[in-house]
Amino acid sequence: MTAFWLLSPLMVVAALGLIFARKAVHAALCLAVVMISLAVLYAAQDAPFLFAVQIIVYTGAIMMLFLFVLMLVGVDVSDSVRETIAGQRLLATVLGLGFGIVAVLAIGQTVTGIVVGLDEANAHGNPYGLAKLLFGRYVLAFEFTSALLITAALGAMVLAHKERLAKPRTQADLAAQRMRDYAESGRHPGNPPTPGVFARHNAVDTPALLPDGSPLEESISESIVARGQLREGYDDDIDEVRRQLERSDEPGGDEK
Amino acid sequence: MNEYLTLSLILFTIGSVGVLVRRNAIVVFMCIELMLNATNLALVSFSRQHGNLDGQVAAFFVMVVAAAEVVVGLAIIVSIYRTRRSISVDDASLLKS
Repeated sequence: MTAFWLLSPLMVVAALGLIFARKAVHAALCLAVVMISLAVLYAAQDAPFLFAVQIIVYTGAIMMLFLFVLMLVGVDVSDSVRETIAGQRLLATVLGLGFGIVAVLAIGQTVTGIVVGLDEANAHGNPYGLAKLLFGRYVLAFEFTSALLITAALGAMVLAHKERLAKPRTQADLAAQRMRDYAESGRHPGNPPTPGVFARHNAVDTPALLPDGSPLEESISESIVARGQLREGYDDDIDEVRRQLERSDEPGGDEK
Repeated sequence: MNEYLTLSLILFTIGSVGVLVRRNAIVVFMCIELMLNATNLALVSFSRQHGNLDGQVAAFFVMVVAAAEVVVGLAIIVSIYRTRRSISVDDASLLKS
């Protein structure tokens, strides 16, 4: 019972994080916390096989898939705050609260009688007992799940497959396209400037400076701009120090 | 026993509210996973309550089906993202006139 009382508040908080986290990655981490805690609760309830499966399948495979797709579609895709249906959020919260209270009060109190426990069923070990059921009474369902898994794998392959509609562009095509762009719209054919050129720092988040000292945003990776981590390469602490020095040099400045 | 059931119901409720409230399709999917996990907890608890392993077998099947569902669902999300450049569930409203 100690594991339960330690983990259940943590699980509820992490599950609430799933609702309130602004970024999808944080929601995924909260879900991972819930899943690992669930695995511990399975172990505490005499289900060592499900403990292993929960860790391997859920936190191993499914969470990895979630994070992989999150990285694939871009971390900067944030949730829109605008409501399409007026009052949906409020209504959903009220309905959810109502459902939760009714469920906890009605269903959560229904179980009476003593807990039989699994000592007898697990007499030969938990995996042995599960295997006896899986390959005995539930063997048909087991076969169906194998068919389901094969179908799911094929379906995922078909859905994620990208049909190549145009001929792949070779390096020569790209070079010709670049020269055509230069002739038609005057776009510079060379490499874009690297970040940090003529700036105070040469870090990737510092934009290159033009000859007149203004920053050039094209020199920064788009994802850094999207995350809002752009550093102002021309107006930083060194300039601030110099400004203070100039101010104290002026006559009538705040000299001490 | 009742504590486990209550925790499972709370998690299920949080998951269902998340499905209704969130816009990001991947987060909606995660909330569905949370609901499945909550039912698994209830199944394992009932298995211990009644002293046989059928509940654990049912939880095992739920895990298998959840894995298949996630694979197909995420593939659908990726293909929607590829054509529409968005994973907000509000943007996928092509059937609306």
